Amino acid sequence: MFGTYLFRELTNRRKQTAIIAIGMALTIALVIIVNGVSAGVSAAQAKVLESVYGVGTDITVSQQPTGPTEGGAAGGPPSFDFGSGDGSTADGSTQLSQARLTTGPGSATFADTALATVQGVDNVSSATATLSLTNINFSGEIPDFQAGGGGLPTDGTAPPTGGADGAGGSSFDIESITVTGIDVTGDAVGPLTAVSLTDGRSFDAGDVGTNVVVLDSSYATTAELGVGDTLGLGGEDFEVIGIVASTSSDASSTNTYIPLDTAQRLAGLDGQISTVYVQAASSTDISQIQSDIETVLPDAAVKTQADLASSVSGSLSTASSLVSSLGTWLSVIVLAAAFLISILFTIAGVTRRTREFGTLKAVGWSNGAVVRQVAGESLVQGAIGGVIGVAVGLLGILVINMIGPVLSGSATTSTFPGGGAAPGGGTGGFPGGGGGGPFGQQAAAATTDIVLQIPVTATIILVAVGLAILGGLLAGAIGGWRAARLRPAEALRSVA
Amino acid sequence: MYELINVTKSYDAKRGQITALSEVTLTIPDGQMVAIQGPTGGGKSTLLQMLGALERPTSGTVALGADVLSSMPDSKLAGIRAKEIGFVFQGFNLIPTLTAQENVETALAPLGIPSAQRRARANAALVSVGLGERTGHRPAELSGGQQQRVAIARALVKEPDVLLADEPTGNLDEQTRDEIMDLLEGLWRDQGLTLIVVTHDSAVAKRAQRRLTIKQGKVTEKS
Repeated sequence: MFGTYLFRELTNRRKQTAIIAIGMALTIALVIIVNGVSAGVSAAQAKVLESVYGVGTDITVSQQPTGPTEGGAAGGPPSFDFGSGDGSTADGSTQLSQARLTTGPGSATFADTALATVQGVDNVSSATATLSLTNINFSGEIPDFQAGGGGLPTDGTAPPTGGADGAGGSSFDIESITVTGIDVTGDAVGPLTAVSLTDGRSFDAGDVGTNVVVLDSSYATTAELGVGDTLGLGGEDFEVIGIVASTSSDASSTNTYIPLDTAQRLAGLDGQISTVYVQAASSTDISQIQSDIETVLPDAAVKTQADLASSVSGSLSTASSLVSSLGTWLSVIVLAAAFLISILFTIAGVTRRTREFGTLKAVGWSNGAVVRQVAGESLVQGAIGGVIGVAVGLLGILVINMIGPVLSGSATTSTFPGGGAAPGGGTGGFPGGGGGGPFGQQAAAATTDIVLQIPVTATIILVAVGLAILGGLLAGAIGGWRAARLRPAEALRSVA
Repeated sequence: MYELINVTKSYDAKRGQITALSEVTLTIPDGQMVAIQGPTGGGKSTLLQMLGALERPTSGTVALGADVLSSMPDSKLAGIRAKEIGFVFQGFNLIPTLTAQENVETALAPLGIPSAQRRARANAALVSVGLGERTGHRPAELSGGQQQRVAIARALVKEPDVLLADEPTGNLDEQTRDEIMDLLEGLWRDQGLTLIVVTHDSAVAKRAQRRLTIKQGKVTEKS
């Protein structure tokens, strides 16, 4: 009888059933899409961070930066000094060229003993150190003053000659690329885990102390370099041994990778590092490791992935904010509205069916049987809404995934001079950096375009169906309670 | 057999307390057909609710056979209504979304009867009231007289000891009224029911073995 009665009520009161089911369906669809987009945006943020910090990095340790110092290794703009005999002279012009490998303004280094300290912290699975540098190449052409070929005429008779324009002028170029010193014998964590080898080979233990370089594929293409070619860094020649491409973006955080000890030697930063990348034994250990590192390295900036996520900017950040604020509140409001509609319709239905329920009680139905009937109807209405909502939600996710909106995310990995702490030690610059030049502010290190892909998980679907059933149960419980309170005499009284 | 002893029923109203029944003492033997008449608001329906185990008296005792209805818990009263008492209402009180057969089945649902048996008994009950061809019709597809026949089938399908009818012909024309009363009277005779009919209609009341009048909560016998 329960099933027959329920079926008849739902099919013969189609309007009410449809309104409740549609309201619930829209809610469930919205919940699925908002949760899905939220998961997709989180995954995209993780990809952006991976492009900078590497896959598996749970924590980064860097040094709180200090203000720039004049020509110092710890920060300030580099200076280039040329003696009178420097350069090569030909055809009335002198060619000058000088390269410096240095940390960027505002970047800070710290003793590499910190690596051992971090490795000694409980539950640290692996850790590796890097040194982030910028190679600045200053080159130009000036008139050969000693040969009298350039400069301003003193007697007003002979026009100036030589120089870049042949009339006594000069021309200078400044080129900068980012260089990351990698511990080639270290643990498999850090920047190189975010890239894949596309040509040549990667580092091995035999590369310690050698002048070998691995290039980012974007930079290699721009600089027209390949495996076996030579690249000048810090005034020395490096053999290109491999090309790598980012696994998650069109640009990685650095242009070149060289052995850590070589980077330290060329930058005059022996025993110095800029970032330690840490992998925890378990995700549940991250808080403890962060706390322990902050204790043993009180001057260090210790950042977890959660902290780093806040460094992601761009449309990805906007999407994240939108989902976490508007999307969540919209879901809550629509959910509350759907529950309220469901409850009000159920109560209205019970009120309208007073005589019906009174009659059923008069013919011997117990309170429990009447409550079960009302609750059952509400539950099925909620479940119908849930099923339709899941279908609509999945369809919405399918449409979004087919459209594939592209979100752009930048992870800020350095610090403006005098600014706040940076999560990492990467540096910006030509050509892949997000901003700044060799003498400007150091800003975003990697801009990544991520195609938003919304994952569909059983958990989201189960939660959505659970909400629909909860809504049905809530409405049914309240409606059933109203029905149970009806006195059977109402049926007779209403017709007497 | 019904036995009412000093039954009083009072309601709290905005303008004070209303006494619907006052010190009613009454005995109705099994198998008797009784008509209850009286002015509107005189207490007819309240008396019927007492007899139907739908209300408890403010004071006094209502007993149906060995069962003292006035002191029984709600769950037991529901059981009494499910097994022993059938109701027929003036407005038919059929469930609009169910078919005639399903409406009749609602009276068997509390008894835990298997669905196949329930369907068969409901069909038989509808045949007995002349609606064997209308079992699949919903109330809106039936005339007033046919709806009341469905209501009578619903009341009788569980084979109760008592049939309580509250103005069963109040919404019907004279011809249909006579048909329905013929049907009720025939069932009363055939099944040995106790039939208690509340009515304004003297033509209906005259069919009863015993006529009671209730006025201002007091019951009197009418010869």
